[in-house]
Amino acid sequence: MSPGPPLWLLLELTYRCPLHCVFCYNPTDFGSVGPELETGEWLRVLEQARQLGSVQLGLSGGEPLVRDDLEIIVAAAHRLGFYTNLITSGVGLTEARLQALRAGGLDHIQLSFQDSTRVLNDFLSSTRTFELKSRVAALIKKYRYPMVLNVVLHRLNIDHVAEILDMAERMGADYVELANTQYYGWAWRNRGELLPTRAQLQHAEEVTARFRERVGAKMRVFFVVPDYFETRPKPCMSGLGRVFLGIAPDGVALPCQAARMLPGLTFPNVREASLGSIWYDSPAFNHYRGEDWMKEPCRSCPERARDFGGCRCQAYQLTGDAANADPVCDLSPHHHLVTEAVDRAERRGAAPAEHPLVFRDHRAG
Amino acid sequence: MDTTARPTIGRGFRLQWEPAQEAHVLLYPEGMVKLNQSAAAILTRCNGRRTVADIVTDLESTYGLSGLMQDVCAFIAIALERTWVELLA
Repeated sequence: MSPGPPLWLLLELTYRCPLHCVFCYNPTDFGSVGPELETGEWLRVLEQARQLGSVQLGLSGGEPLVRDDLEIIVAAAHRLGFYTNLITSGVGLTEARLQALRAGGLDHIQLSFQDSTRVLNDFLSSTRTFELKSRVAALIKKYRYPMVLNVVLHRLNIDHVAEILDMAERMGADYVELANTQYYGWAWRNRGELLPTRAQLQHAEEVTARFRERVGAKMRVFFVVPDYFETRPKPCMSGLGRVFLGIAPDGVALPCQAARMLPGLTFPNVREASLGSIWYDSPAFNHYRGEDWMKEPCRSCPERARDFGGCRCQAYQLTGDAANADPVCDLSPHHHLVTEAVDRAERRGAAPAEHPLVFRDHRAG
Repeated sequence: MDTTARPTIGRGFRLQWEPAQEAHVLLYPEGMVKLNQSAAAILTRCNGRRTVADIVTDLESTYGLSGLMQDVCAFIAIALERTWVELLA
């Protein structure tokens, strides 16, 4: 069966970022990744992807505003017919740049909070972070974009969901995504310090439900439950190689942003191969298509067409074999690896950190 | 429904033909709806200049049909709810 087109194209324009978030999913060795693609190379990727049928474009990183050719890339993408989504911390988003992005046809901005623990207090207790975010939020409104906030939740900030939602309301947010941390990259390294307790999670969900009731339709709030607390895995990327194509800063093509970690696969580079041959013909993209790679219990599971066995990266990280069922699934013989991690977080309660948090840094990988 | 109102594609949405999917699609932040032929026939006519009544007349003459008013209004009501379209007075 031939796969459909890569409808979703994500360009991770750079791994560079002014922030040092402990929950970042970028690879921990990003400091040693090769040179970034140049403007012309990104434009060639856009043209080829559009010919294949890509239609949604995510521009991410790192912090995409670090690239001073972002405006050129957005304008080219818009001309080609992409719906363009900028995923940013807002750091570096001046009015001049936003004006240029708007003129180039930028469709959408998702603003994330750069909430690392070093600025957590700043962030929650007002001051500099709030002012920066308010400025950017006001700009986003001025240019008539919907105000979409993304906040990554973890043990250290999940108790402040009420304050976070109040802040979002004051900023006039239209959508807020409360996304619990997914454990890849830096977040994986810091998992023991970031996993919340069940009580924390339940409290945050109750606060969110009450907030939704109070604000009604003027603001939509999504609460993404952390998959460690579930008994069925997420249908990761809607199946690898089905709709999503990611390009890393150095031109490596990936079926998921975290897939670089998967062993035994050589991911092709857009500097060396056309996007069409990468998507349709490369062994790396074909490997996890269909069901031939599956092992039991997935292979005979009636739910395999719904969740595709979950996340390959999570299976690899936790069990050492990327073809195993995602251990989030309680049918997996490795499910105890997830419940034990949750239990450890539970036993620790509010006790201080066992290990120091590792802040994202290009030297620390 | 006020059939003199003029529907237009909602802010933040974009309607376009996608050859790779052989379909019209409606794009919105980080998402996409693939439209069937009748939805596409209606939405491509929602340009902020035609009234609902104009759209019905146009569809009936283009496709040689009659009595489409109810179906078109029902679809536009759903599209309004999903903010795919907005009504201009």
